[in-house]
Amino acid sequence: MTTRYSRRLFVNRFNLVMSLITMAFGLTFLLWILLTLLQAGFHAFSTDLFTQMTPPPGSKGGLLNAIAGSVLMATMGTLIGTPIGILAGIYLAEFGSRGWLAPVTRFINDILLSAPSIVIGLFIYEAYVFRVGHFSAWAGAFALALIVIPVVIRTTENMLKLVPDSLREAAAALGTPQWKMILKVTLRSVRAGVITGILLAVARISGETAPLLFTALNNQFWTSNLDAPMANLPVVIFQFAMSPYSDWQQLAWAGALLITMAVLLLNILARTVFRQPRTR
Amino acid sequence: MNAPIMQATAQAIPGIIAPVPRQGKASTARMPDPKQKNIKLQDLLFRSVTRTFAFLVLAVLLAIIGSLVYGSLPAMRKFGFGFLTSAEWNPVTEQFGALVPIVGTIATSAIALLIGIPISFGIALFLTELSPSWLKRPLGTAIELLAAIPSIIYGMWGLFVLAPLFADYVQPWLIHTVGAAPVIGALFKGPPQGIGVLTAGFVLAIMVIPFIASVMRDVFDVVPPVLKESAYGLGCTTWEVVWNIVLPHTKVGVIGGIMLGLGRALGETMAVTFLIGNAHQLTTSILAPGNSIASALANEFTEAVGDFYTSALIELGLILFVITFIVLALAKLLLLQLAKGEGRRT
Amino acid sequence: METLVATPEVRTEHAPITAPKMSMRNLDFYYGKFHALKNVNLDVAERRVTAFIGPSGCGKSTLLRTLNRMYSLYPGQRATGQILFNGENLLDATVDLNMLRAKVGMVFQKPTPFPMSIYENIAFGIRLYENLSEREMDERVETALAKAAILDEVKDKLKQSGMALSGGQQQRLCIARAIAVQPDVLLLDEPTSALDPISTAKIEELLSDLKRDYTIAMVTHNMQQAARVSDFTAYMYLGDLIEFGETDQIFLRPMRKETEDYITGRFG
Repeated sequence: MTTRYSRRLFVNRFNLVMSLITMAFGLTFLLWILLTLLQAGFHAFSTDLFTQMTPPPGSKGGLLNAIAGSVLMATMGTLIGTPIGILAGIYLAEFGSRGWLAPVTRFINDILLSAPSIVIGLFIYEAYVFRVGHFSAWAGAFALALIVIPVVIRTTENMLKLVPDSLREAAAALGTPQWKMILKVTLRSVRAGVITGILLAVARISGETAPLLFTALNNQFWTSNLDAPMANLPVVIFQFAMSPYSDWQQLAWAGALLITMAVLLLNILARTVFRQPRTR
Repeated sequence: MNAPIMQATAQAIPGIIAPVPRQGKASTARMPDPKQKNIKLQDLLFRSVTRTFAFLVLAVLLAIIGSLVYGSLPAMRKFGFGFLTSAEWNPVTEQFGALVPIVGTIATSAIALLIGIPISFGIALFLTELSPSWLKRPLGTAIELLAAIPSIIYGMWGLFVLAPLFADYVQPWLIHTVGAAPVIGALFKGPPQGIGVLTAGFVLAIMVIPFIASVMRDVFDVVPPVLKESAYGLGCTTWEVVWNIVLPHTKVGVIGGIMLGLGRALGETMAVTFLIGNAHQLTTSILAPGNSIASALANEFTEAVGDFYTSALIELGLILFVITFIVLALAKLLLLQLAKGEGRRT
Repeated sequence: METLVATPEVRTEHAPITAPKMSMRNLDFYYGKFHALKNVNLDVAERRVTAFIGPSGCGKSTLLRTLNRMYSLYPGQRATGQILFNGENLLDATVDLNMLRAKVGMVFQKPTPFPMSIYENIAFGIRLYENLSEREMDERVETALAKAAILDEVKDKLKQSGMALSGGQQQRLCIARAIAVQPDVLLLDEPTSALDPISTAKIEELLSDLKRDYTIAMVTHNMQQAARVSDFTAYMYLGDLIEFGETDQIFLRPMRKETEDYITGRFG
């Protein structure tokens, strides 16, 4: 019995130490990646990044057109995707108790949420780029919107389901039309949660590369033409990092640092500013 | 962001409850008939609009499948089912087969799960049972931030930082130790090149850990304390409680989390593209470069010339979509089924 | 006599006839800053049922959870003073909690079958401590189930999930699980409050059998239950032990007015 017991204690201690090690493992990689980015990125950091266009190999330049393109397309994608996602989410939460549409949509939406983003890019290429005959910022925005939609649907539905029925009943008892009740009372009461979801969706599309490869492509120059290929940070980073030119690689590190900081800030903002204190 | 974390966040944020409107007026304010009709019309309109957008999700899915099938028709006609079993990939002769990228996709994902599952379990165990309570939130957030880092960053970091280390230390060591063993030794043969299937799988593991770990943590957290206490009450150690009580009790959610991680790993593009080596070759060694479906698409699609080349790539995309669809759908169905079973038992 | 006083100023008339199994001395308990047990002195008699009654929040469950150090799972909860058990102070930091809990079993308010078969629910605990052959294990499992008066109802479905049983059966399964590891003391935390009257009656009947072999400490919200099954009763209020003595005495001739008010329903 004592050897049995000491073996049990040993197994326990061993596994708990392993658990501690796995935690350290996870944190190590987070810090390692961030430190690498800070080190290599700062090295390449300069005001040129924000004032100069992407250069040809061998000369100096910045990332202005890529930053602008990324911001523009992420904004467009969010503006297109958010209303669609919210309205569909409202349907699932408020009208979804009967019929086949809601459960099927919920199922499909959960799958689209984790679907490979490169396939989304491929789809927009087939459905839009190929038809109009050229890559464009619009195509990039559409692809990003398709990534935003499932995230927003899921958040909106989850949030609306947290609203107690008594609130709906109270609003209904006033004789409020249902649509007004939903938009003005129910949806508003979960505004913080929905905004959090949208911010997280924005964070996600800010770093997405794969869906832009076949849609917005890239552009070495500044353009404000939404019907033309448009530079964007992720694709520029991809192209520059894979290139043999050290100038380009430097810029890729600077871009990587920029994009990671932006994404992490959005995440932390979503988690802290809009998070209600836990009541547990 | 992603499904489990979205879900977790969503649950963590209780809605602010707007002030409940006063109910007093309800009985006195009877609407006149025409206005009532108007309201009904408005509601019907609103309902149809939201319904349309819900329907749009289905339409998008059908459109994705439809356009991918349409795009891959030329390749399907030319290569038939042989496309799935052929390892040939020759743009010059326009002979294409999907075997190499399919094997690469499965191999990298398998490596990712093999490394990722135990580590995720350890992290979830730490966060739920071992961590001091003031550290739970920051540590949990740190792990979730691993999921927020864009995949292209993982790719770059893997290529410039991790791959050289693998080439200099990890792979030579593997070749000399495990590589000498019979049977499984075949997996660890060849020159240490840094990039390859193993490196890509390793980075994928780091990328899926936050997904699996946060699902595991969330389901471990909702195990009733009294169930754990009754195991502690028998004299169980923490490990025994987690392994014998918590894990079986939460197997539904754990499997769901793992499947979700698998779904992510299968479709991950940029990190793998940087690291797998993009070589259309079939070898038994996981140290050798290979190719995955997603990285073949990322690398070759915009440069593909000729109908069959493009079409073969689109068919690859279709295959990827079908595989991930099946994995994710299975995960969901399984969860529904098991959840139903749990409901019956209690 | 001296050792049996509930609080320094309240002395019990009738001392337990048997030796004390657990003795609390100057026991205090804190949830963070909240003082939940105040200087409790009390003996739990061997092979008797000791019941703890009092309004909710009075500290009776807290007291039970100090007896197997269950509170140690939670940071911020601590106990001071002494609880003597087998000649040792079980509040000592050096006490091995696993071994302590093997000697002091616990059954909870809600039935807590483990997510495994009925058989495994019992065998799991035994296997923690003993390496038995398949036949010996079968015997031990059967004995435990028989002692908990549930064997007849489950012997044909030992391989089925413990979750498939009714609430009352689940609770008896949990009692069987607790006694299968052969503890000295059984702690029961409102063991029948989630059960129907018939299941409750079965468990009460079971308790009078079990006290032949085990020392039992139980918390109950039900005064009739305490009167029916216990040998000694402790009345607690807001963390104080108000009165402690033989059950008959407490219910028939309470010495403190607070106790009388509570048991006659004039409380609060």
